[in-house]
This record gives sequence, structure tokens and C-alpha cells, in this order.
Amino acid sequence: MATVLDNVPATASGRDGSAVIQVETLRHSYGERVALNGVSFDVRAGEIFALLGPNGSGKTTLFRILSTLMLPTSGRALVGGCDAATQPDEVRRRIGVVFQSQSVDIKLSAAENLWHQGHLYGLHGAELKSRIKEMLARVGLADRAGDRVETFSGGMRRRVELAKGLMHHPSVLLLDEPTTGLDPGARRDLWQYLHELRTQERVSVIVTTHLMEEAERCDRLAILSEGQVVALGTPLALRSEIGGDVIVLETSDPASLAARIKQKFQVAATVLENKVRMERKEGHRFVPDLVEAFPGEVQSISMSKPTLEDVFIARTGHRFWTEDAQQAAQQQEKH
Amino acid sequence: MAQAAITPAAVVTPRVNPFLPAFTLWWREVVRFYRQLARVVGVIASPLIFWVVIGAGFGKSLQSGAIGTGNYLLYFFPGALMMIVLFTSIFTMMSVIEDRNEGFLLSVMVAPVHRSGIVLGKVLGGTTLSAIQGLLFLVVAPFIGIRLGLEQVLITVLVTFLVSFALTALGFAIAWRMESSQGFHAIINLFLIPLWLLSGALFPMSGATGWIKMLMLVNPLKYGMDALLLTMFPATAPVTTLPLWGSIAVLAAFAVAVFAAGFVIANRRSTVPAA
Repeated sequence: MATVLDNVPATASGRDGSAVIQVETLRHSYGERVALNGVSFDVRAGEIFALLGPNGSGKTTLFRILSTLMLPTSGRALVGGCDAATQPDEVRRRIGVVFQSQSVDIKLSAAENLWHQGHLYGLHGAELKSRIKEMLARVGLADRAGDRVETFSGGMRRRVELAKGLMHHPSVLLLDEPTTGLDPGARRDLWQYLHELRTQERVSVIVTTHLMEEAERCDRLAILSEGQVVALGTPLALRSEIGGDVIVLETSDPASLAARIKQKFQVAATVLENKVRMERKEGHRFVPDLVEAFPGEVQSISMSKPTLEDVFIARTGHRFWTEDAQQAAQQQEKH
Repeated sequence: MAQAAITPAAVVTPRVNPFLPAFTLWWREVVRFYRQLARVVGVIASPLIFWVVIGAGFGKSLQSGAIGTGNYLLYFFPGALMMIVLFTSIFTMMSVIEDRNEGFLLSVMVAPVHRSGIVLGKVLGGTTLSAIQGLLFLVVAPFIGIRLGLEQVLITVLVTFLVSFALTALGFAIAWRMESSQGFHAIINLFLIPLWLLSGALFPMSGATGWIKMLMLVNPLKYGMDALLLTMFPATAPVTTLPLWGSIAVLAAFAVAVFAAGFVIANRRSTVPAA
């Protein structure tokens, strides 16, 4: 197992022999619909890795394959060197899973849920009892241990869910949209806890999310769009790929203005949702030039440091959250 | 190149003995049952009400000798026992569909548990509930004139358990791929009614015509029914295809076969979501 724990820096290609999780050209289709179209990435030991993507980008499909619930159409997903498709039990012995959907039994108490979960992982007796205590204290539910989960709020149920996934101290933790339904305080606690697990116990964490600010808290992330990895790296590295600042302006005829900006300033100006959008170093100097060059045409203008959403836009050409109609149109173009 | 590794608390979960998960799944099934009052009332009251209605209703007219062959109510007793066990067993496995829809099954499926442990736990949970119901029904036997000795009671319990187990396993195998309880109902009714009607619960095989007779011969529940008749009415020497233990062996073989089918179905993995 020692090789799995080596902390080798990422190679240029992004492939890493010592990775805890290796996903290799994974493809998956539900009938006609392609959910994953050749996804590859590695997750290293003691790393928090985010899969960021809008709904329908393939996150959940990837999650199902990694957690051995489904076979991929082609490609491989390895956890600790074991193939999720052909060695499901080996993979199951290495992972802890927290699902997006509720998996706690509301007719049982919090402690009973963990008791049940512990048995599934071979824990029993005094060890199981102390583990239940430890986990409930960790998620702040020690005083509600004997209460049935049906009396719990949504946030508390999520915490039981999390305790379930961590009961057996897995070295790899898979979390599917773990903060859904959590209030900001509980969200912060969860993230703090994930960071603790990573630094103190070198647990590798894969978390799927559609929230940019959550992806920002991870060590590395892969941005998924329509079943493909469109960006992979640390949040900082991805953001710095954007050439400087992001400038967005509103005008009555965006297409024509974008064309003229391109001509005059040699900047790749694009039209997105009726706004002209461009990236430029030293944006604060560029904004006055821009407004003066086209007097009266700029209705509003904004400049910001690039975010992960800008990375997404730069790589896919559309916003993170597209309208359904827009998505449908894109689908049509492809076929 | 390698840094000194900080060893995590547990890297790989040791192999899990399948009986522990089976026990915990069985336990959950039973706990969930007694925590839902409506289900408890249903299980206890339905056999009693059934018996009261049958007894008070057409019981009298049949006892009067309208059917030349003696006491039909007595004949019907094991059939009614069979029916109660049959329906309860299969329908306890609706919980598989509930577990799937509620998401509970997900956390079981990703655990490093041999699938036989999952099937065994769920099936034994359902078996326990339906066997309890069947045995509650058995309590009324003395009141209608069926006197059973200890050995007879034990054999009846064994047969009730085997029928419960086989039918619960059948319910499991059918429910595993089902997405809705409506679909489950539809399929079950397709199986259940003929299975029961052709078990000899309603009419004896001696009175049946050619092809019905053939169907009855291949119906495994008929052997359960035969075993019950042989146990409960040894004095009347019922005519059966096989002797008592032969009938029980057929029933047991059927239980093992359906359980194996349930295991195979639960163990199959595919490119569609498992839960």
C-alpha cells in the first residue's frame, strides 16, 4: 500500500502512477444519450478533488461508476489500483460513500443507523459502540443519538449521512453534492472537517459539486461539461489561465460592437447572453480606453478577477447554467 | 522521492463475514415493522378477522354437509394458512422497492458485503414477519376442531417457515429490478393467484382434470399444501403425490432454488444504475 501514499507531484501530463483514484478514458451511455465521453483524471493520496459541473454534465454518472454501482460502457476507474468494474469488492473495501440522496433510515435513531452501517463494514461490539459515539460527536449529534431520524431537520439528516459514510474510517471518501440542504454554518463545518480528514489522516476526498465556491476550497478540480473534462488543475492555476481580468459590457447591439472591438483592440471579444465579454491584462487601464473608443454605446461595464465560472466559459463558450432551450439547441447542432 | 507516509487509520476494510450484515438487515426489517403500528395491527388482526368472517359466513353452510366429502371448513384451514403466508411473504418484499426509492439500498450496495448476505438478511426479515402471521393463524386451529400434537405443531411450523422463505425469496427476486410498487403488484398477482389456486388450497388435486392436474403437479406449493394436509389430518389419510418428508424436501429444494435466483439477480451488475 505504501506506493499509494506517496505524495508525488503532478506530472505535466496529469497522469500519476501513485494516484489513489485513476480514471482512464471513461465512457458511459444511457441508451442513446452519452453521459461520459472519455473522462480521464487522477486523484492523489491526501487530496481534496472536486468534480465541478452543471447538472447533466456527467458528475453523478462518474460517481456511480466509482462507487461500483454501475459498470461503465468503456474505460476504467481504479481505486487503490483496483478496477471498480472487475473488482467491486476490493474497491468497496477502500471507499466511504456519502450520497446526494438520503440513505439514512428515518424509522431508526441516529445511533441505530450507525449501528446498522457499522455491521455492514464488519464492525461490532465495543469497537462499534465507541465508533458510533465518536462519529456522532464529530457531526455534533451526540445529544440526539437516541432520537429517530424522522424527527431531524434536513441539515441534521445530512450530518447522519456523513457520519454513515465515515463510520469505517475509509481512506478514500466519495461525496456526491454533500452540502445540498445544509445551512451556511453547517456547510462551513463540513468543509473544515474534510480539510481535517485530509491533513490529519491523509484521506483522499472526491467531491462532486455545482457550486464554484466549493470547488475553490479543493486542492484540485476537474471541470466537467457534457461528459468531458474541460479543465483540470488547481483552482489558482485554472483561474490564472485566463488572460488577466474579465470585462463584461452591456450595449444595444452586442454583435456589432464585439466585432469592432476585435478590430480595434485585437481582443477576442465574444457575445454571451446579449453582453460583450473579453479577457484582458490590466483591465483597469483598458476599461477607460474601451468606453472612450465607442462613445455612447456602452450602457454598463464591469471588470472582475477571473473566477472558475470564467474558466468554464473560456473552455466551453457558454455559461455554467445555460437555459434548457439553449442546451437543447446545442444538442441538436451536435447530431 | 517518497515522503514518510502518515498511515491513515484504516486503509482497507477487512473482509466482512456475510452473517453480520445479514443479521443487521434482518434486525432492521423487524424493527421497522414493529415501529409502524398500522403494520402490526394488520399482521395480527387480518388472520383473525379472516377466520371470523369465514367461520361465521359460508362456514356454517358448508359444515352442514352440502359438500358430500365431509367438513370443507376443516379442509380449507391449511389452504387459508397457505394463503396468508403466501401474500404476506411476497408483499414484505415491497420493502426492497421502498429501500431503493428511499435511497437506503445505495448505502448497502456500496458496502463490501457479499450479495448473499444482503439477500439472506432481507429474505429472513420478510420470512420472520410472515411466519409470525401464519403461526398466529395457527392458534385458532383448536377452536375449529383441529387438535395438533407437539410433533404436528413443529412440522407445521417448519412447513410454514419454508413456504414463507421460498415466497419471500421469490418476492425479493421479482422486486429487485422493479421501480414501482404498482408494477410489483401487477406482476405478483400474475404469479400469486395461480400459484395459490393450484396448490390444492381451494380444491384437492383428485378433483382436477388433466391439464390442471399437470400444472398442480409442477407447482411447488402443492407439496407444501400436501405436507400440511398430511400433518394436520393424518387420520383421514389424504391422498398425496409424495409422502410427508418427500413433500417437504420438494418444498425445501424450491426455497433454495428461489433464493439462489434472488442472489444471482442481486449480484448482477450492469451499465444501468444498480440502485
